[in-house]
Amino acid sequence: MSSVKEQNSHEGMFAHSAVTLVSGVLFGLGLIISGMVNPGKVIGFLDLAGDWDPSLIFVMGGGVTVTTSTFWLVLRRERPLFERKFFLPTKADLDGRLLIGAALFGIGWGIGGLCPGPAITALATLDPSVVLFVGAMLLGMVLQNLVAE
Amino acid sequence: MENFTPVSALIGGAFIGLSAVIMLAGNGRIAGISGILGGAISSRGDERRWRILFLAGLLIATLLYQFASSSPITIETQASPELLVIAGLLVGFGTRLGSGCTSGHGICGIARFSKRSFAATVTFMLFGFITVYVTRHLLELGV
Repeated sequence: MSSVKEQNSHEGMFAHSAVTLVSGVLFGLGLIISGMVNPGKVIGFLDLAGDWDPSLIFVMGGGVTVTTSTFWLVLRRERPLFERKFFLPTKADLDGRLLIGAALFGIGWGIGGLCPGPAITALATLDPSVVLFVGAMLLGMVLQNLVAE
Repeated sequence: MENFTPVSALIGGAFIGLSAVIMLAGNGRIAGISGILGGAISSRGDERRWRILFLAGLLIATLLYQFASSSPITIETQASPELLVIAGLLVGFGTRLGSGCTSGHGICGIARFSKRSFAATVTFMLFGFITVYVTRHLLELGV
């Protein structure tokens, strides 16, 4: 176990930031390479009755295969490399908020073909439709925050 | 199925999974974008700092790809501006209410064998399928 002092060292801070940035870049590249940043590709998957494109199953499959085969090993450790503990969700039971939230998200996803990761990643292209969507998404998050208080 | 691209989908998916593993092993955080984004709005100090850095990474990925690749990033808009605003509001509100999106519930939650994430993933997928059926085939909306 390392001390809190050690945690706050410049070296620790640098490693922490490097991990965050590298992780963000890899995530964004994954969304671009897989085609998830293109709303047309996402709708192509969600449109079962149309010209169905099953690619998104392979995106999820590739991602879940990597995480499922490694998370359990990572979580066997006492703590992560550059933090004092793992920050994991604590709720275990299903509730209305979870299911209603997921349903609302699914409807919005089906209308626009964009979910949060691809929307932020594609924001850097300055595509006007993505900019508009992200603005509304941020507003939706702020509204939920206000309602929750 | 003329648009089917299984190889790039698998490779891209693996990148996303790898990103999530690095984040968990290094910083003990779940790479869930709606949670990171929501926290970047509502939190302060160090909690906000790392979140903004991660989101900057997503934007940098686009710039890197545009710089390095000869093929442009394709974005085919799927709805009118009015509908995009409604979609954005629903996605923002819904992912915060439901504590996650495709990444946090779909990629990370399933790997933790979380009952809540399984249920959320099935729910948003189902509603995504239904919504596209209604908008594309019953109402015949779309661009």
